[in-house]
Amino acid sequence: MFDYTFQWKQALARLPKMLDGAVVTMEVAVLSMLLGIALAILLTLFRQSGSRPLKAIATTWVEIARNTPALFQIYMAHFGIASFGIHFSPFTSLLIGITFNNAGYLAENFRGALKAIPDTQTRAGRSLGMTPVQSFRYIVMPQMLRISFLPMTNQMVWAILMTSLGVTVGMNMDLYGVTQDLNALTFRTFELFAIAGVIFYVITKIITLGARLIAMRLFRY
Amino acid sequence: MIEIQNVRKSFGDLEVLKGIDLNVNKGEVVTVIGGSGSGKSTLLTCINGLEPINAGKILVDGTEVHAKSTDLNKLRQKIGIVFQQWNAFPHLTVLENVTLAPRKVLGMDKAKAEAIAEKQLKHVGLGDKLKTYPTRLSGGQQQRMAIARALAMSPDYMLFDEVTSALDPQLVGEVLETLQMLAEEGMTMILVTHEMSFARDVSDRVAFFHQGVMAEIGVPEQLFGDPQHVETQKFLASVR
Amino acid sequence: MFDTALSANDLIFLAKGAGITIVVTAISVAIGTVLGILFGVIRVQLGAVLSAPLTFVLDIFRSVPLLIQLVLANAFVGMVLQLQVSGFFVACLVLSLYTSAYCAEIVRGGIDAVPATTRRAARSLGMSWGQDMRYIVLPLATRVALPSWIGLALGVMKDSALVYVVQVTELLKSTQILITRLQEPMFLLLICGAFYFIISFPLARFGGYLEKRWSND
Repeated sequence: MFDYTFQWKQALARLPKMLDGAVVTMEVAVLSMLLGIALAILLTLFRQSGSRPLKAIATTWVEIARNTPALFQIYMAHFGIASFGIHFSPFTSLLIGITFNNAGYLAENFRGALKAIPDTQTRAGRSLGMTPVQSFRYIVMPQMLRISFLPMTNQMVWAILMTSLGVTVGMNMDLYGVTQDLNALTFRTFELFAIAGVIFYVITKIITLGARLIAMRLFRY
Repeated sequence: MIEIQNVRKSFGDLEVLKGIDLNVNKGEVVTVIGGSGSGKSTLLTCINGLEPINAGKILVDGTEVHAKSTDLNKLRQKIGIVFQQWNAFPHLTVLENVTLAPRKVLGMDKAKAEAIAEKQLKHVGLGDKLKTYPTRLSGGQQQRMAIARALAMSPDYMLFDEVTSALDPQLVGEVLETLQMLAEEGMTMILVTHEMSFARDVSDRVAFFHQGVMAEIGVPEQLFGDPQHVETQKFLASVR
Repeated sequence: MFDTALSANDLIFLAKGAGITIVVTAISVAIGTVLGILFGVIRVQLGAVLSAPLTFVLDIFRSVPLLIQLVLANAFVGMVLQLQVSGFFVACLVLSLYTSAYCAEIVRGGIDAVPATTRRAARSLGMSWGQDMRYIVLPLATRVALPSWIGLALGVMKDSALVYVVQVTELLKSTQILITRLQEPMFLLLICGAFYFIISFPLARFGGYLEKRWSND
C-alpha cells in the first residue's frame, strides 16, 4: 500500500523557478492591496457622501465583493467582461478580481473604523478653518487607517492566498501557476505542491510578523 | 468686532436661542453665564458657523457668517474656538497637532509653522511636551494644547466653550490661568463658563442667559453685585 | 432581456451544481464546527504554551491557499496512500479541517471575551468546570462568536467554489462548463453570482444585526 517513494530532491531542484513565481505572487498581492486601499477609501467617501447614486455604487460593490466567491469575481473580470469585447490578460484579470475583493472588504473595515472616530474630530478640524476634504485627509483618514491596520494585514494575507486562483484564468507566472506547470512536466504533485504550500506559509508569516513590527514602530500613541 | 443681531436658532421644535443681540468690541472679554440649556454654548458654535441659524445675523468684522457667499473656512481662520472636549488629534504629536492647520490651511512652510507652534506651546506652558502624543497628557495639558492649536492660527477672536467643565477640579486652575493671560494680552474673547469668580475677575462684561434669552448684561461688579433680573438673582444664588 | 440558448436541462444541471455547493458546505461546516469547538476549548484549557503544536497545525490551514490544501490532500490520499476515495470525500475532509481552523479561533475569542471575574464568581458559587462552561461561558461566548461563525459558514460556502480542483462539479464549475458550451459567460455568471448572493447577503446581514444588537448590552 505504501509503495509511493517521495522524491524531494527532484522537486527541490525546481525551487528557484517556484521562488520566481513567489515574487510574481507578491507583486500581484501588493499591487492589489495598494489599489484596493485607494479604492476602499474612495468607496468609503462615496458611502459617507450625501449622494444617493454614489452610495448605491459603493454599497453594491461592497456587498458583491463580500457575498460572492473570490473565484467568481475573477471569472467576472476575465470571462464576464470579455463578453463586452474587452479581453484582459490573466495577470490583469487576476489583479482586477483581487483588487475588487480587497476594496470591498476594506471599505467595510473602514466603515467600522470610522464609527470609532468621534464626529468632534472633524468638528475640531473644521473649526480650525479646514475644508471637509482637509479634515478627512489629515485628521480622520490617518486614524481610520490605523484602526484598520490589523484587518488590512489579514486582507493582505487573503490577497496572497487569492493569487492561487489565477490559474483558473490561465495565469502561469505566479507561484501556484508555476507549480501547476511543473507538475504537468514531472507529476511529482505532492512534493511540488507541498513545497509551494511551505513557501505560501512563509510568505504569510513574514507579512504578519512584518506588520506587527511596523505597528510597533508606527503606533506610539 | 462681532455683532450678533436678533439671532434665533432651533433644534427641531426646540428653540434654544430666542433673539439674541450682543456686540463684542475688539479687545473686549465677554463672559456668558447661565444654567444648562440656556443656549450659551450654541451661540458660540453659531458665531463661527459650525451651526446654521434660523433668523437674524451674525457679523464678524462686517462679514455675515451665515451668508451663502461667505467662505467659512476663511472666516474661521480668524475665529479660534476651544471646546469643552479638547478634541486632541490622537495620531499626531503635540507639536504636529498645533502645526497641522497653519500648514494645511494657511499653507505655511514647516519650519515657520513649527516656530509659531513652539512659541504658542511655550506660552501655554507645554514647551517641554512637543514630541509627546496627546494621549500621554493630562486633561488640563490637552486643553492647553487645544488653546495653543487655536492660537497658532493667529485668530482675531477666541471663543471658549466651557473649557474647564470636563476637567478634574485640580486641573481647572492651570487652564484658567492660561485664559487669564490671554485676556491680559488683549485678546478679544467670548467665554462660556461656570467659573463665577473667574468670570468676575477676567471679564469686561458678563452676560446672563436664561432659556434662550439674554436676560441681563453688565460689568461684573454690577451683574454679580447688583443683579437686576430675578432669574439672574436666582441663578447666582444657586451657584454660590 | 437576454436571448439565450440555455435549456431546461442546463438549468437542472446548474441546480445540481448548486445542490453540491450546499451539501459540501453543510457537511464541512457541521464537522468543522464540532472540531473547531473542540480545538478552541482545548487551546483555552491548555494555555498558549501547551497548545502550541495544535495552534501551529491549525494555523497552516489559514496560511496555505485552500486550492493547495485540496491538491495536496487529493495527491496524498490517491498517490501516496493509494486509496480509492471520491473527490467529494476529499473536498469535505479538507473543508472540514479548514473550517475547524477558523472556528477554533472564533471559539477561543468567544471564551476569552468572558471576563475572568465572571467565571471566578461562578466557580465561587460552587459550580463545577462543566457547569461554569454550560451556564456562564457558553451563553456569553455565543454572543461574541455567533456573528463571526455565520461569517465563517458563508465564507466556507464561497470557498467551496474551489473544490472543482478535486473533480467535484459544484455550482461555479457547472457554470464554467456551460460557459464553454454556450459561450454566454456574462449571463451564466450572473445567474451563478445571484445564487451565492441570495444565500449569503441575507445571512450576512442577519449576522451583522446580531453583532450590533449584542454589542450594545
